[in-house]
Amino acid sequence: MRGDQAVTAGTTTRAAAAGAAGTTRRTREPDEGGRIVLRGVGKQYATRRGPVDAVAGVDLEVTPGEFVAVVGASGCGKSTVLRILAGFEQHTSGVVEVGGGPVRGPGPDRGVVFQDYGLFPWLTVAENVRWGPRQQRVSRARARARAAEYIEVVGLTRFADRYPGELSGGMQQRVAIARVLANDPAVLLMDEPFGALDALTRTTMQHELGRLRAASGATVLFVTHSIEEAVYLADRVVVMAGGASHGVPGHIAEVVPVELGPERDVNAPDFNAVEKRIAALVHGG
Amino acid sequence: MSATASLRARRVGRRAGHAALGVGFIALLLLLWDLGVRGEWVLLFDIKMGFLPPPVEVARLMWDFAFGGVYDDAYSGTLWSHLGASAFRVLAGFALAAALAIPIGVLMGRSELVRATLDPAVNLFRPIPATAWVPLVLLIIGFGSQATIFLIVLSAFFPILLNTITATREVSPRLVEAARMLGTTRLGVLLKVVVPAATPGIVSGLRIGLGLGWVILVLGEANGIDTGLGSMIMIAREQVRTDRVVVGMIVIGIAGYLSDRVLVLGLKGLFGRRPLVRA
Ligand SMILES: Nc1ncnc2c1ncn2[C@@H]1O[C@H](COP(=O)(O)OP(=O)(O)O)[C@@H](O)[C@H]1O
Ligand SMILES: [Mg+2]
Repeated sequence: MRGDQAVTAGTTTRAAAAGAAGTTRRTREPDEGGRIVLRGVGKQYATRRGPVDAVAGVDLEVTPGEFVAVVGASGCGKSTVLRILAGFEQHTSGVVEVGGGPVRGPGPDRGVVFQDYGLFPWLTVAENVRWGPRQQRVSRARARARAAEYIEVVGLTRFADRYPGELSGGMQQRVAIARVLANDPAVLLMDEPFGALDALTRTTMQHELGRLRAASGATVLFVTHSIEEAVYLADRVVVMAGGASHGVPGHIAEVVPVELGPERDVNAPDFNAVEKRIAALVHGG
Repeated sequence: MSATASLRARRVGRRAGHAALGVGFIALLLLLWDLGVRGEWVLLFDIKMGFLPPPVEVARLMWDFAFGGVYDDAYSGTLWSHLGASAFRVLAGFALAAALAIPIGVLMGRSELVRATLDPAVNLFRPIPATAWVPLVLLIIGFGSQATIFLIVLSAFFPILLNTITATREVSPRLVEAARMLGTTRLGVLLKVVVPAATPGIVSGLRIGLGLGWVILVLGEANGIDTGLGSMIMIAREQVRTDRVVVGMIVIGIAGYLSDRVLVLGLKGLFGRRPLVRA
């Protein structure tokens, strides 16, 4: 039933439903708003030295609520694909659909988490997190409550009145995650979100992300350099190859399903087997 | 606990030390000034120190200018009305310049179309110094307060405009993307992201513009005005009252400095802890 709603009314249904439900946090079921379809997607950049094909022929379907990691060498077009889905870049060929409709520019149904956080430095943590709900015309009081709720979820209640510049990188990234979750997005697009964090913080954040996304029901597209991180978090790992500098446009080399269940141990033999297989694909081609 | 206390004490101590150095240097300048006048030194550029009034004379005249009771002439106790008239002109011109330059600058910074339209005109007018405008302004506006304010608007406008353009162009695209993906409209991005993100740069422009306002004041008040620090200096020059010229200069210097402090502290008070103003 929720699925039908989302298909007909698109992404506004989610936001409206969330607003009407008030401040109590629910465990969301994934809905059709979170379906991603890429068919024959290509992106050509016009540069001074002529046109450059960043990616070409990208086919991928992501089912609602699925967690898909994207790995591949630098320059193979991971960010390009993510930015096309975010609506920051316009694809030059193929079909790009989210929630059953074409992507036309950025929107609150697709929350983006950047490697460099992208927090508004002149706003406090609480103000950053309630930014999204306020843009959706959620009332001031509700937005405040929703922000408080998600700040608690990421464990930063004590820092709600601090400015981003006063927080560590890991804390800033938690704020950025709370900020998009407060918008109740159908899709989470994350571009190397933990890439700038130290190893310890990174591990903590990986655990937390696993927990958060289970509750949010959002579809996740997660770009990372770390194969271990990809295997730890994802239902499927997309391995990309090529890239403009290789003379071949970036493309999907293989999609590897990760059938390791919900509890994953990075030291388990089956975990390492999947990791090795992906590493071979990334490095060997 | 005591470690932070001693750290703070050391910081306060260092600051006091720096202040003492600054004040000491000014005292040294005053001493050299006094010696120079007494010894009738002739410096570079044929500066004849002997033509200057000694600092004590200037101080006495300054007191009289502010509070009266020393010479009791036409100038005694008139500082405040001169200062008030001048401050009004500077502030009016500055406020008008800011009200025009900030919105235009934001639009020029964020829209290729607006920039393409206005850039050539801006580059054509910008290099014309206020001094070159004076004869024309006197012909088409006439002597008086309006001409002065116009000249101040003209000279404060460009630094505010250029700083606003640069600051808005340099706003991190990441912040714009963040706002857009959270569902912010384009207008919302302009008002709620671009303007705050550009605020430190805009404030730099405002400070330069306000400072220039005081610079141009003397030029604007040089003709056909009888109240104002600029006019007071020009009249004193005609009367060869070097002491009064120096008094006027010092008052303008202090007024310019104080207005900058008021601007910066006022904005800081307005923004509170928000990191929007540099130092
Ligand atoms: N704005 C742009 N203009 C021109 N080329 C670009 C632009 N953005 C990315 N590219 C090129 O597209 C290719 C893919 O880049 P990107 O998606 O950032 O790769 P990845 O995220 O996998 O490292 C690279 O060769 C890069 O140089
Ligand atoms: Mg990238």
